[in-house]
Amino acid sequence: MSTKNIEEKQYLLRFKCDTKSHLTVLDHDVCMTQCPDKLCTVFCPAEVYKWEGLRMQVGYEGCHECGSCRIGCPYQNIKWEYPKGGHGIVFRLA
Amino acid sequence: MPEKFDVIVVGAGPAGTSCAYTCAKSGLNVLLIERGEYPGSKNVMGGVLYRKQMEEIIPEFWKEAPLERPVIEQRFWMMDKESVVSFGYKGLEWGMEPYNNFTVLRAHFDQWFARKAVEAGALLINETVVLECLVENGKVIGVRTDRPDGDILADVVVLADGVNSLLSKQLGFHKEFRPDEVALTVMEVVNLPKDKINDRFNLEENQGCTIEIFGDSTKGNLGTAFLYTNKESLNIGVGTTLSSMIKAKLKPYDLLDYLKTHPMIKPYLEGGESAEYLAHLIPEGGYRSVPRVAGNGVLVVGDAAQLVNAIHREGSNMAMSSGKMAAEAVIEAKQANDFSESSLNRYKDALYGSFIMKDLEKYKDAAHVFEKYPQYLRDYVPMMNRAASKFFTVDGTPKRDKQKEIMRNMTSERGKFGMLQDIYRAWKAVK
Repeated sequence: MSTKNIEEKQYLLRFKCDTKSHLTVLDHDVCMTQCPDKLCTVFCPAEVYKWEGLRMQVGYEGCHECGSCRIGCPYQNIKWEYPKGGHGIVFRLA
Repeated sequence: MPEKFDVIVVGAGPAGTSCAYTCAKSGLNVLLIERGEYPGSKNVMGGVLYRKQMEEIIPEFWKEAPLERPVIEQRFWMMDKESVVSFGYKGLEWGMEPYNNFTVLRAHFDQWFARKAVEAGALLINETVVLECLVENGKVIGVRTDRPDGDILADVVVLADGVNSLLSKQLGFHKEFRPDEVALTVMEVVNLPKDKINDRFNLEENQGCTIEIFGDSTKGNLGTAFLYTNKESLNIGVGTTLSSMIKAKLKPYDLLDYLKTHPMIKPYLEGGESAEYLAHLIPEGGYRSVPRVAGNGVLVVGDAAQLVNAIHREGSNMAMSSGKMAAEAVIEAKQANDFSESSLNRYKDALYGSFIMKDLEKYKDAAHVFEKYPQYLRDYVPMMNRAASKFFTVDGTPKRDKQKEIMRNMTSERGKFGMLQDIYRAWKAVK
């Protein structure tokens, strides 16, 4: 079978997006100056985080709400809340 | 004046629904709050549901619950790059009543289970996030939801809010979990016709197979992969501790694709069509990570209480049992009209006296040992594969000489003493 890249995998999912992000990078300078590896951009399973040179772009719309970024950010620099009730990812199968 | 219930259960997964169902059945006034569009819409599981603990809540559930296949074969693979050492058990007795376990798709199963709680009398509200517990004089008296006028009161609040239990953290029951206390797991549901599944896994109608895969499935990192059969789809997934993922700078979806294209696995998936991609954390800190589970007016159950036995891939069964035990404590507390911590500690006592905490205690050092000494999956799995290849390749070498050479190869890699140490350490961690 064909493996799908992460964009294609994300297309398999249903999201009911809120207009407001439930994920907040508290201080983009911390990412810039203290976190050379930008670890969240590596381990986030939905590629929510993308480093754009000066700030962290947060594509919260594709978030699986797994919590890895909250626990895995070495600087506790991500404020993590649940999306508003009924919003966010909607798993249909497993 | 906010409405008041006997008990509010936060989260309609296996733990919360078991608790709500059991409370409602005994006549309590129960509110079950789910943040997703429907129960199961936020939940992810590799797919194995154990019969025993579910049956204690709903007898003969297999006659009506949406299950995929009863598992009649469990295989374990020690996988290297181009080989695998496998063992397992297949038994037809698992294919008939009372069964051992089933594969399930959680979005289907959880909806059914929550419906049972509703039929028993619980009130289910979907699409509602509990923002915080309402605390008064050191006692939880209800919850604040994200609905307008969203405060609701209860004698007891049961936190079944999953691995990301922001509520038990808010109450100070535990600190934020460390990256080595959770496993990040990703999986795909791959659609495949029933006949193909039956042929490839050597199954007949209504028979299922599970394969747990160690070694190269995680590129030697601390974790496992799995391949499970549903009726007309396969669940394939892989996870490692978040700390291993970070250390190895692995992208979880790259690891999943590595697995899907692995020569030992690819033929099983051939022609399949990806239907869903899911990521979730599994609380794998074990015994030492279990937070405080009872307070004044509050209990913690399931993943929120870190009740997962990673070694035996048990979690949803522990969730269900803990939910039921919490319900029993609430029912007794109601009879005594005492919702203090000391009254609700009945739940803690039941939990610690049960298989759940006994099993977690048994493996309390395992995760730590395997995280600290990565050689088990990284070195020993390839070593076992090389040994098996050598031993079973007929090349005219006498078997006794082969055995000697295998031992020599093994001890040369780790050293005799190193190997003994490794064996002793592993035995101690799981004995």
